[in-house]
Amino acid sequence: MLDLFNINDLAPLFDVLSHLIPQTGVGGGVEARESVDFAAVVKFTLIFLAGVGTVFGVGLAIAAKRFAVKIDPRVEQVKEHLAHAHCGACGYAGCEQYAEAVVKNPEVPPNLCIPAGARGAEAVALITGKKADFKERDLSRVFCQGGLSNSSKRSIYEGVKDCRAAVLAGGGDKSCAYGCLGYGTCVKVCPFDAIHMGDNGLPVVDEVKCTGCRKCESACPKKVIEVLPASKAVIVACHSRDKGVDTRKHCQVGCIACGICVKTCPYEAVSIEKNLSRIDINRCRVCGLCTTKCPTKAIVDKLPARPKAFVTERCIGCQSCKKICPVDAPFGEPKKRHEVDQNRCIGCGICTARCPVQAIDGTFNAQAVFAAAAAKKAKAAA
Amino acid sequence: MKMDFTKLFELIIAASIINNFVFTRFLGLCIFFGVSKRMETAVGMSITFTSVMMVSASVSWFVFNYLMIPLDITFLKIIIFIGIVAALVQASDTIMRKVAPDLYYKLGIYLALISTNCIILAVPLINAGEHYSFLESIAFGFGSGIGFALALIIMASIREKLELADVPAPFRGMPIAFVVTGLIALAFTGFSGLITI
Repeated sequence: MLDLFNINDLAPLFDVLSHLIPQTGVGGGVEARESVDFAAVVKFTLIFLAGVGTVFGVGLAIAAKRFAVKIDPRVEQVKEHLAHAHCGACGYAGCEQYAEAVVKNPEVPPNLCIPAGARGAEAVALITGKKADFKERDLSRVFCQGGLSNSSKRSIYEGVKDCRAAVLAGGGDKSCAYGCLGYGTCVKVCPFDAIHMGDNGLPVVDEVKCTGCRKCESACPKKVIEVLPASKAVIVACHSRDKGVDTRKHCQVGCIACGICVKTCPYEAVSIEKNLSRIDINRCRVCGLCTTKCPTKAIVDKLPARPKAFVTERCIGCQSCKKICPVDAPFGEPKKRHEVDQNRCIGCGICTARCPVQAIDGTFNAQAVFAAAAAKKAKAAA
Repeated sequence: MKMDFTKLFELIIAASIINNFVFTRFLGLCIFFGVSKRMETAVGMSITFTSVMMVSASVSWFVFNYLMIPLDITFLKIIIFIGIVAALVQASDTIMRKVAPDLYYKLGIYLALISTNCIILAVPLINAGEHYSFLESIAFGFGSGIGFALALIIMASIREKLELADVPAPFRGMPIAFVVTGLIALAFTGFSGLITI
């Protein structure tokens, strides 16, 4: 065995060599010399470079063969279709780990990469031979409207501008113990640049960029942010469990648990729990009636537009819409084509869902209702 | 023999603190600013860096002393050392993936960054220029790695605190990192002249 400490003792052996071949000077042979044997230098250079290249090439090739790791080519393919945000929304440590799991384990569903969306899920399903169930897109929603202009502060906070730090100082500077502190921790943690602070000191979610990865939800120390399916666009934008009187003292737009929304909701989706109105997203049909009735405007409608309903010629004049409409917008004689009063209609879509012949079009839910009816028909026929 | 050890110790101290590559020679700044954002990555990078540095220093010492000096082609050292480092990094990447996959997932991403680092090239070049012996070369590589690790860890701990500090808007991000580096470099000049080699 070669003893490293004695390697200098071998020097005499190489001294012999150095007598035979001219030894280069200090500085690694960059000193000027009287004459250079040009042919020999070129020859040795070429031989040496070729030799080193060959040795390394062969060595690496052997190493690659000898230490080859069998990687399923599908893992690489799957990886290409993931979002590469390493957000952890799938429940794995990173994109690579999920790609490996989804290929190897038949139990792992292909639609877990939320940022990659429906298209990514389809691609992954195709590669792994699994069935891609359509998973609805999730969006991050801010459950507080108490910005600088319509809520009060109980103290002045001059520490680190981070909600997680501010909450350590006695729960933050807001009077309302449930409200958004507005120091932008969610903005910092968002890997997709989808949250920005608005003028009112509240975070605004960019619905195009948001992928529902839940990073903001877990980072928010006040739990003001919740991630909900994108279609559930009507939310009670308040988390205050204080009594109505106290909520009102702290904030102009808080939920005071008056219960009007509970009475208004035609689907019994709203309930009051611990001084706070909650919407059951499984029952809510996003009609937005509660939004119009809420006295403090604590319930918000996040739908970008509510187009009004109109009646098509399929109408059979059954008067179902007239009976169910909360604002008495449809009118017309029985067994004749009805009309919808465009001034009264609020675009809630209740009549669209109720109509037995799908004759009401134009509302936000019309396409979904028609698709569901067509699917039902096809199932009945088969 | 005793003299040897003092010399080696002096070399390690000199390479890691007095002539710290980052703070006094200003080499390897790209990786230095890149991976010093978080402590975890800084530590991972330091470990990988030091080990690759020692291996490449020893391999290039053999190639330089037993092939290039006898053949009188020492002017090729820059090209050859780049080749050696690149081949070593590639080989260790392949071998690590097979032998220690856990380690590979933790440190593998830093390996690709290392092959293009200038400190890793500077160490064999200085070893060659100063005619260090084999042990001295390894000690110099180790010292340089420790010095780089020291720089990364100091910087990462400062930058983690800096994240929460109230920095004036024009200085946020990179500018304040450069200012901090300058200040640490100033502090490191205090070591100069401690040992002369």
